[in-house]
Amino acid sequence: MIVLWVLTGVALLASLLADRRKTLQALRRALAMLQSVFPLLLGVLAAVSLLLATVPASTLAEILGGSGPLSFVVALLVGSVALIPAFVAYPLAAVLRDLGAGVGVLAAFVTTLMMVGVTTLPIEISFFGRRVALLRNALAFGGAVVVALVMVLVLV
Amino acid sequence: MSAGPPPGSGPQRPRLRPWVLGGLPALAVLAMWAYGTWVQPFPMGQEAGAGFGRFLLEMLQILPAMFVLVGLFDVWVPKRVIERHLGRSSGPLAILWMVLLAMLQAGPLYAAFPVAAALWRKGTAPRNVFIYLGAFSAAKIPMLTFEVAFLGWQFSLVRTAVTLPVFIALGYLLERLIPPDTHIPCLEARVPASSAGAREA
Repeated sequence: MIVLWVLTGVALLASLLADRRKTLQALRRALAMLQSVFPLLLGVLAAVSLLLATVPASTLAEILGGSGPLSFVVALLVGSVALIPAFVAYPLAAVLRDLGAGVGVLAAFVTTLMMVGVTTLPIEISFFGRRVALLRNALAFGGAVVVALVMVLVLV
Repeated sequence: MSAGPPPGSGPQRPRLRPWVLGGLPALAVLAMWAYGTWVQPFPMGQEAGAGFGRFLLEMLQILPAMFVLVGLFDVWVPKRVIERHLGRSSGPLAILWMVLLAMLQAGPLYAAFPVAAALWRKGTAPRNVFIYLGAFSAAKIPMLTFEVAFLGWQFSLVRTAVTLPVFIALGYLLERLIPPDTHIPCLEARVPASSAGAREA
């Protein structure tokens, strides 16, 4: 995170020294992008936090902490819908593993979590359009299934 | 839900609909949180409020810097450079560039959308845009450090080694599956000033 801001600062400074007008243009574009994404993002984040608060974590952990087909399917679905940052997701995955979650379940959960975003679809559609966004998510979901199955073959 | 104005379509009148669509859930969560905090204990509302706060913090830590970088990229990097290295006729080396670029980043997938949109707008082939998104979700270094720490290097190594080829293949597949007449909002955003700037460079 700090690296990102330092990098941004250095790039901004270099740009400012090279050409003030262009830098101003870049900042104006950044602001415009932020303005167009912010309201949707606000709604998505609120909806996801509401959803996460509604579903009792203990029930979820009970189902996810297995290695059968049901756990696998639930892991794919939860991973697709949830929006959990890596620094929360991986400690959570470690807990699930200790509860008995298999490699396939963990891989399914982690991969869909990172690649499939059902709740962020409105944002994705605003960038790439409905067709591309839906297609990308559907393929990513299929890809996650493949990844998880291959991992079971390799690691179990 | 054809959502909002196209991102990066330059200064324009703020539209009302996205604000209503996004503002209502946000206000609902805030109201539940306030009720739980000041009126009487309401665990679900308080939990939702706390989660919302964490999400907002995460977003504010990444998105503004990301957008400034994308803005600078838009203004400074000439289109023909991107087209030559990452465009339709680019070779497998482009895949390496996309993966390396993605690995150096951090944050949730929605933070990668503006970057992907900027790359696409500059002439990157669709397959490479999708490979970028795949690599972003599979192999960004900050995420890998957490994965290794909590699930072990074996899990992390195998998952990355399996995921990257799958998502690279999906990038090629996706490019073929998109009909040429598809409406893609981020490509239709007209920003005359910055493209003029890029041509000078």
